[in-house]
Amino acid sequence: MADLLDGMVRAFWLVVTLDSDLVEITLRSLRVTLTALAIAALIALPLAALLSVRRFRLRRTTIAVLNALMGLPPVVVGLIVYVFLSRSGPFGVFGLLFTPTAMIIAQVIIIVPLVASIAHQSLRELWSDYHDLLISMNASQVQRVKALLWDGRRALLTAALAGFGRAIGEVGAIMVVGGNIDHATRVLTTAIALETGKGDFSMALGLGFVLIAMAIAVNLAIHWLGHTESEGRW
Amino acid sequence: MKNVFFGAVASLVLTGAALADDMKLAVTTSFHNSGLAEILLPEIKADLDLDVQLLVVGTGQAIRLGEAGDVDAILVHSKKAEEKFLAGGNGTHRREIMYNDFVFIGPKTDVAAVHAATSAASALQLIAEASAPFVSRGDDSGTHKKELSLWQAAELDPAGFGSWYRAVGAGMGAALNTASGMDAYIMADRASWLNFGNKGDLALLFAGDPVLFNQYAYLPVNPEKHAHAKNDLAMKLEAWLTSDKAKELINAYKINGETLFVFNATQ
Amino acid sequence: MSEQMFPMVAKQALVRRRGKVLVGPVDLTLKGQGTTIVIGPNGAGKTTLLKMLHGIVRMNGGALDWACPREEAQKRQAFVFQAPIMMRRSVVDNIAYPLQLIGVRRKEARARAAVWAERINLGDALGRQATLLSGGERQKLALARALIRAPDVLFLDEPCASLDGRATREIEEILQQAAAEGTRLIMSTHNMGQAQRLADEVILVLQGRIHEFTPAKAFFAGPKTPQGHAFLRGDIVE
Repeated sequence: MADLLDGMVRAFWLVVTLDSDLVEITLRSLRVTLTALAIAALIALPLAALLSVRRFRLRRTTIAVLNALMGLPPVVVGLIVYVFLSRSGPFGVFGLLFTPTAMIIAQVIIIVPLVASIAHQSLRELWSDYHDLLISMNASQVQRVKALLWDGRRALLTAALAGFGRAIGEVGAIMVVGGNIDHATRVLTTAIALETGKGDFSMALGLGFVLIAMAIAVNLAIHWLGHTESEGRW
Repeated sequence: MKNVFFGAVASLVLTGAALADDMKLAVTTSFHNSGLAEILLPEIKADLDLDVQLLVVGTGQAIRLGEAGDVDAILVHSKKAEEKFLAGGNGTHRREIMYNDFVFIGPKTDVAAVHAATSAASALQLIAEASAPFVSRGDDSGTHKKELSLWQAAELDPAGFGSWYRAVGAGMGAALNTASGMDAYIMADRASWLNFGNKGDLALLFAGDPVLFNQYAYLPVNPEKHAHAKNDLAMKLEAWLTSDKAKELINAYKINGETLFVFNATQ
Repeated sequence: MSEQMFPMVAKQALVRRRGKVLVGPVDLTLKGQGTTIVIGPNGAGKTTLLKMLHGIVRMNGGALDWACPREEAQKRQAFVFQAPIMMRRSVVDNIAYPLQLIGVRRKEARARAAVWAERINLGDALGRQATLLSGGERQKLALARALIRAPDVLFLDEPCASLDGRATREIEEILQQAAAEGTRLIMSTHNMGQAQRLADEVILVLQGRIHEFTPAKAFFAGPKTPQGHAFLRGDIVE
């Protein structure tokens, strides 16, 4: 218990004094995760919409695979990305290993299945509503996808936030491909792992509280920007 | 106005030209936990204008990174693994830098009476006889390999141990956490122990047997195998690590008044 | 002037689902004038027939042809469903949507939609979420959305089924206006009064087949078949 209270006090002081290390790793956490989220959304959301409206032979298989990929342990993704980006690997020449870029790549791979799966669930429902209408109006495939993505944007936001949550708390993959290098690839989660390993639990908890607070702040900000609670909106 | 403008451009250009060199060095968790890096890195930056990016991993992973050419040099403490590394043509040579020692940690109650042991081997025999809980790194690290060699020297085989022997497959800090939580015995490097923040009911019970000395060596990655490896910087760093300044800093480094490392590089 | 859509000719058209025949075989020729009302008991296949004629239900046999090419014909029809489908957006954006589909700029589409909204008495609810409208308002919106591109043919599947008298009257007024402007209406209904008010010709559907296809006056004066009589009388007919 003392550790928990200690942790909260540490968190408070770190934030109030704007500890430069904390600011640095927090900004890097945000940068890596938000970039990964943006890229993942660009891939996953249209994919989810297409899966909802298009009939093709492998549709059910694709959906099943996507759902299964959600259960992939992040550290496994990290190892696979490491093997590809390693100097002795196929993409070694780009020198991406142990950079934030490698971390972004790993996180994109981790959250695309999650965002696509959740988005697909709600878009599928929306599509079953819109199906007769849009077909009657002769909307093209692209137009159907656009209508689903726009009208379904609240649910897509939920999917995106789920992806954000998964990525911001992720530590296994980015540890392997980022290396947790001080002032280069250290982020909140890897710093927490480091402090825990050193036995400095109150510091680890302090950073943990900062992480939770930041995640809540991001969620609130996005909901506020999206006016999800205003009158008359569904 | 023109002068200000040119001055600004000049300073930008010069800053660009003065951007520090950087290299990647894989070090073990034991080394990092000692805190010595925090003393050395700023000095290296100041003297050599070199940013040494540390990848803190287990010995096994450090060796893998060196073999893959993902780092420019490694600093580890497992002679057998180092020799294998060199035999595979992965490194240019090994340079001994310093040594510290391993210690036996255990619960203050010390059911196996380890504190009274006369040697490392007998301490381990006492633990095995008492079937007292013992946490092993179990991660193929330098520390783990050392531990296994000590059991061998005591004529005991960990493969045949009962459930009192717990191989956790984790770094030094994590393993110490586990030992603290279980009130178990554990072999740790002195630096990690001194810096460890969660001691609980554990205490240092046995140390000093020369077989427990732990030699750190520096191995630059072979540029013939990996052309992109920054060998010139790796050599620059090696020269600094074996300099008098490094000798002074390493020998003077203390935790709670205790020195940890003994500089023993041939200069 | 664009090509003529009519006559529409269906030959042995058949819709089968899960081994059961829902509609057909149906032989039907529709000419380009007037309002056709489709009547029949529940489960007779009226909805499936309309959807088949409109082309949103796949046929399992037979042929359906319009006088102009299929793509052309598809663009000039619209359908109002029994349960109005509201898009999750505002009233004005719902009505404007068909225009945006054919490339009309947003501003112009919304302006034209606003005019229609006014016509259906939803002029002061332009920004309201369509999903919050009452049943009658939704159906009026669906109708406006269907008519905004001035289709040549409008299919309606029991549009007033769950509406009160006032909403029904408003809808019928709009339909009568559309018919007067030349829109071909093909509509199913349970309301015999409505059928008599609007029909130029009547199709009686029983068990998926067209049982009678007669000019309205003749039908309501005296149907040709006993089932037709029974149906008008209000007896249960299957």
